[in-house]
Amino acid sequence: MSLLLDVLSWGLLSLGGVFVFIGGLGAVRMPDLYTRMHAASLTDTIGSILIIVGVMLQAGASLATLKLIMILIFLLLTSPTATNALASAALISGNLPKVATQYGKDPSQ
Amino acid sequence: MYYVVVIATFATMGLALVRALLGPSVYDRVLAVNMFGTKTVLVLIVIAFLYGRPDFLDLAMAYALINFVGVLAVLVFFRTRAQREPTATKSKD
Amino acid sequence: MTVFFGVFLLTLLLIVAIAIVRADNLFVAVMLGGIFSLLMATIFFLLDAPDVALTEAAVGAGISTVLYLAALALTAEREKRHTVHQIKALVVVTTTALLVIFATFDNVQFGDPTAPVHVHVGPWYLENTQRYMDIPNVVTAILGSFRGYDTLGELFVVFTAGIGVLFLLGTRPKKDTEAAETLIPQQSETSEGLRNYLIPRLTGRLLVPIILLFGLYVQFHGEYSPGGGFQAGAIIAAGIILYALLEGETAALRVVPQWMLMALMAGGALLYGMVGVVGMLLGGQFLDYSVLADNPVTGQQLGILLIELGVGMTVSGVLLSIFHAFAARDKY
Repeated sequence: MSLLLDVLSWGLLSLGGVFVFIGGLGAVRMPDLYTRMHAASLTDTIGSILIIVGVMLQAGASLATLKLIMILIFLLLTSPTATNALASAALISGNLPKVATQYGKDPSQ
Repeated sequence: MYYVVVIATFATMGLALVRALLGPSVYDRVLAVNMFGTKTVLVLIVIAFLYGRPDFLDLAMAYALINFVGVLAVLVFFRTRAQREPTATKSKD
Repeated sequence: MTVFFGVFLLTLLLIVAIAIVRADNLFVAVMLGGIFSLLMATIFFLLDAPDVALTEAAVGAGISTVLYLAALALTAEREKRHTVHQIKALVVVTTTALLVIFATFDNVQFGDPTAPVHVHVGPWYLENTQRYMDIPNVVTAILGSFRGYDTLGELFVVFTAGIGVLFLLGTRPKKDTEAAETLIPQQSETSEGLRNYLIPRLTGRLLVPIILLFGLYVQFHGEYSPGGGFQAGAIIAAGIILYALLEGETAALRVVPQWMLMALMAGGALLYGMVGVVGMLLGGQFLDYSVLADNPVTGQQLGILLIELGVGMTVSGVLLSIFHAFAARDKY
């Protein structure tokens, strides 16, 4: 049973690490602000869920697990909200997505 | 196995830093700071368990809560600046 | 492995520091400052110093970004370029840098058990905290009781800084008020803050009570886990600043009015001093808490609790006053 939990937890942790790293790559490699934001925010969410659940399996039923649940809830609330706020601020200030401006310049395409 | 996560998160921190340094717009930099904040929370959690100090999760909780204040402050800053610029041009007319 | 992590983080820290100096856009410098603080906190945490890391978390990530941005809203975003090369300044900086590098050769090895800090008074604190105070967090014991004078001094430094900022920014420029009102149309209260941003506002309103609760936990649990008055004061201030950002400054001043901020600022420092004086009246020495209760250990615990409360009150009052002073300036 504990071996099963261990394997599951290690799997979640390493998967979370992979997602986090992919998000970092996306934030550097993507062509414009909105695609970068997309890469960073989505992997942030899934990466945090996977890593924190993975750690939770290691912690077992304890105060630490309770704290981890709270941290996860806070992260799930704040991180997407921050991205939303940032994206709307950028859009209002006239920072258009690259794809939209391409189409806007040349409607024939 | 914790090491894998720590190293992946550290590498992502490096990549976020690259984005913060390259820019080009101010929003990219805010995005990088936001990413950095979440990565810090994750790395603090994993390090707390790596060194067997689950008591220190309070710190990660503080970050998960406080980072949001900074991002909202940036939003308010953008808003006041946007409000001020039209009035500034009006007064010139 | 810790050394490897530390070296990596310090390298990032160096890159960020150089980038902050090189940035001529001040907004970029503020953002990089946020990253600097996050890195610093991770390094503190890695070095097993959670109390310091918590301070860095509360002050660096939340409050300083807010205050820098509030200051930035009053000034231009771009730094003026200096094209004059100052040879004298270069010489001074180079000499200082060389001296500092030279001084690091005398530094102790990382984790050296025979370093002076580990053989002098430190072990005594570690051994005797249980006997005199019976609390697990030695850092709180040292800050609150063994080194109570130092903390009192620090608190008065914070207090003085608050008074200084209020003297500089707290007064309203009387002459220009009418002119400013005609120039910038006065915002109605309903459009203040982020009232028109539904999603951030909803999430933020959910978080405000949680942040305040967490601040109180850090305040009163400081004897058992990382934390204490300084951190709690900063976290509570951050919670109220979040409310001010969401609902506008007027609403925040209605919740915590100006007189209450003043009372917090002065009351905290007064409470700390009074604990010391009461100790003297009860026959002990200044800031000796053992006489506060029948049992010296209980007295110590009570004293530490009270002075941490004083620290928390003053720190949150000062930080909020500074924030309001900057935010009020914004309207002129």
